[in-house]
Amino acid sequence: MIHIKRLQEDSADILALIGEIDASSSIELDLAIAKSVGEGATKILIDCSSLEYISSAGLGVFMSYIEEFKDKNIKMVLYGMNDKVANTFEILGLNELLDITKDKAQAKRMIQ
Amino acid sequence: MNYRYKVGCSIENLKGVRDFIRNTLKTHGVQDLQISEMVLALDEMCSNLMIHSHQCNPDELFELHISVQEGKPVIFEIIDDGTVFDINKFSEPDLGNLVHDKRKGGLGIRLVKTIMDKVEYQTASGKNVCRLIKQVRFN
Repeated sequence: MIHIKRLQEDSADILALIGEIDASSSIELDLAIAKSVGEGATKILIDCSSLEYISSAGLGVFMSYIEEFKDKNIKMVLYGMNDKVANTFEILGLNELLDITKDKAQAKRMIQ
Repeated sequence: MNYRYKVGCSIENLKGVRDFIRNTLKTHGVQDLQISEMVLALDEMCSNLMIHSHQCNPDELFELHISVQEGKPVIFEIIDDGTVFDINKFSEPDLGNLVHDKRKGGLGIRLVKTIMDKVEYQTASGKNVCRLIKQVRFN
């Protein structure tokens, strides 16, 4: 079960992921990102501080936006991951392909 | 010690599968990060099985067995009677290609092969057994 809270700070959309993302809930992550993009967001911060688990289905959602975001010049930064979630991204080397940082302050600096 | 869990092929049941694996391995003092990696690999295998071999039909069941003994590798067995999807016969797609194709799938096989030491398949009297083996550290 995942709950996604969306808020806006400065000029950035912040999506806070609360709970677990697996094959049954990755669609909600996909819809939330698509909604932000659809409404014109060009700076998207993903707050992972309450993300307890992410499976490959969830990783795949982030992967699927990399190319589109490059084309549209949309910046996305993930922050606040716990060790286990961070390790999940690292196993596949996704930490090299996505912008991931420690906390919100740093994430904001990265999208300026 | 051997543990068994039997569950219907609804992806809503994946959380229960993960909790079963976590709790079992925790009881035996397997290291936390290794538990979370194995949970990830088994989540992938079970969700593949539910979706591709059983079309998410909650009335079709499969079994997950875990065998754990200090000093020995942990052995997981996924037992069902659906179509076998042998991940050893699929090559992992290149990460760059996945990004380019905007594909949401394809990461899972790479994940399982990276995490587990060995993945074997066996079919006997209409039952498929997929065995995943991993050497672990005990606390």
